[in-house]
Amino acid sequence: MKEIHVNEVISAVEKLCIEANCILNQDVIDALNKALGIEESSQGREVLQQLLENAEIAAKENIPICQDTGMAVLFVEVGQNLHVIGGDLTGALNEGVRRGYEKGFLRKSIVKDPFNRINTGDNTPAVIHYEIVSGDKIGITIAPKGFGSENMGALKMFKPSDGLPAVKNFIVETVDKAGPNPCPPIVVGVGLGGTMEKAAYLAKKALLRPIGESNPVEEYARLEQELLTQINHLGIGPQGFGGRTTALAVNIEVFPTHIAGLPAAVNINCHVTRHRQVVLEGRVSSCE
Amino acid sequence: MSNKMVETRKISAPLDDTTAASLRCGEKVLISGVVYTGRDAAHKKMTEALARGEGLPFDMKGQVIYFVGPAPAPPGKVIGSAGPTTSGRMDAYSPGLLANGLKGMIGKGLRSPEVIQAIRENGAVYFGAIGGAGALLASCIKEAEVIAYPELGTEAVRRLVIEDFPAIVLIDSLGQNLYETGRKEYQILG
Repeated sequence: MKEIHVNEVISAVEKLCIEANCILNQDVIDALNKALGIEESSQGREVLQQLLENAEIAAKENIPICQDTGMAVLFVEVGQNLHVIGGDLTGALNEGVRRGYEKGFLRKSIVKDPFNRINTGDNTPAVIHYEIVSGDKIGITIAPKGFGSENMGALKMFKPSDGLPAVKNFIVETVDKAGPNPCPPIVVGVGLGGTMEKAAYLAKKALLRPIGESNPVEEYARLEQELLTQINHLGIGPQGFGGRTTALAVNIEVFPTHIAGLPAAVNINCHVTRHRQVVLEGRVSSCE
Repeated sequence: MSNKMVETRKISAPLDDTTAASLRCGEKVLISGVVYTGRDAAHKKMTEALARGEGLPFDMKGQVIYFVGPAPAPPGKVIGSAGPTTSGRMDAYSPGLLANGLKGMIGKGLRSPEVIQAIRENGAVYFGAIGGAGALLASCIKEAEVIAYPELGTEAVRRLVIEDFPAIVLIDSLGQNLYETGRKEYQILG
């Protein structure tokens, strides 16, 4: 058994919040550069150039890439042989978010209640997805989610007889309807199977996969490419001004489902596709 | 317009009627002058004030509203990251403000048919700024001062002084819409 003090978790999350919001990951920069090479619209190319310039300014000046620094979504993998000491883990994760958003001059965008709309003032609570895994480490991934793109997501419970063609139409239609709103070029996360909430979770998790990495199952890797082509044929283009680059990637995650069901969820990320991970090692427990 | 090189035109805010009427969908502009920020909560409050017959935080005539909720200003800066938010959420409120003299809006994303109609009726313009380029756009903001609803935090109404703020005309006073025309050129059907 190993142990980790909550203070270590707090500092790690604080740092992750700032880095994720101010430094655009290299895979996104590479994808934007690649798009710049193939985009036919001059207006579209200009947008892509400005996005790259924006990322440079943000990294250099340590300011957020986008003012919507998002709702903090955390994916936490806790090793079953790790003991968290000094406080509770959820409290520590939220404290890290609180400190990161304050110290990093990140925007506080969370309201306490969907109807009273009063800002909590510290960007908490975070949305936390836990998974218990083997081992004695803790992996924390932060994916700050802006709502221009989040609002464009959709979920549908299909009949098994609807099959793949209906699901493909639904995915492309969701992007079509979103048009310029989610700040294209976008990354499209798709969750297929499971239950209603599992499909939505998978769609979100799919957005964590680096651009350029395919689903390990060949037929789904092919489906990702096919959908990417169809989406880029929509003509929406960078910022919706028209062009070839509407999406940088389509990432599909799949899970077994019920004999009666075919859940499908689409979660869209803007070009500021943010996620950053840290793995913390525990220390040998003092009581052993 | 996408492959033709369009000259960037310098304009100033507030907008006069002639300039607003002469701007065309797809035209690139650099805006200098004074604009006001407002997003969801401020629009709701302004609309409620109008319904009660009360005044607005600033005289709307000829003004431009920038749909933005900026990030906090780090030390030595006037404002944090400050790109546009999705304009569609303001659709319920924009026609009322346009009827009260509002001449321009800066945002990103689709507008409702009611807003497009109000843009035409009032000879106004809807500009697009690059969504997600908040660090770049912040460098065009020279002054920022909260003038109303400070309790709304990032959503408060701010008076901004901007210089060569890059934008594109999305919907012009004739109701022409870049989101429709731009896309058609690149759509591959079938």
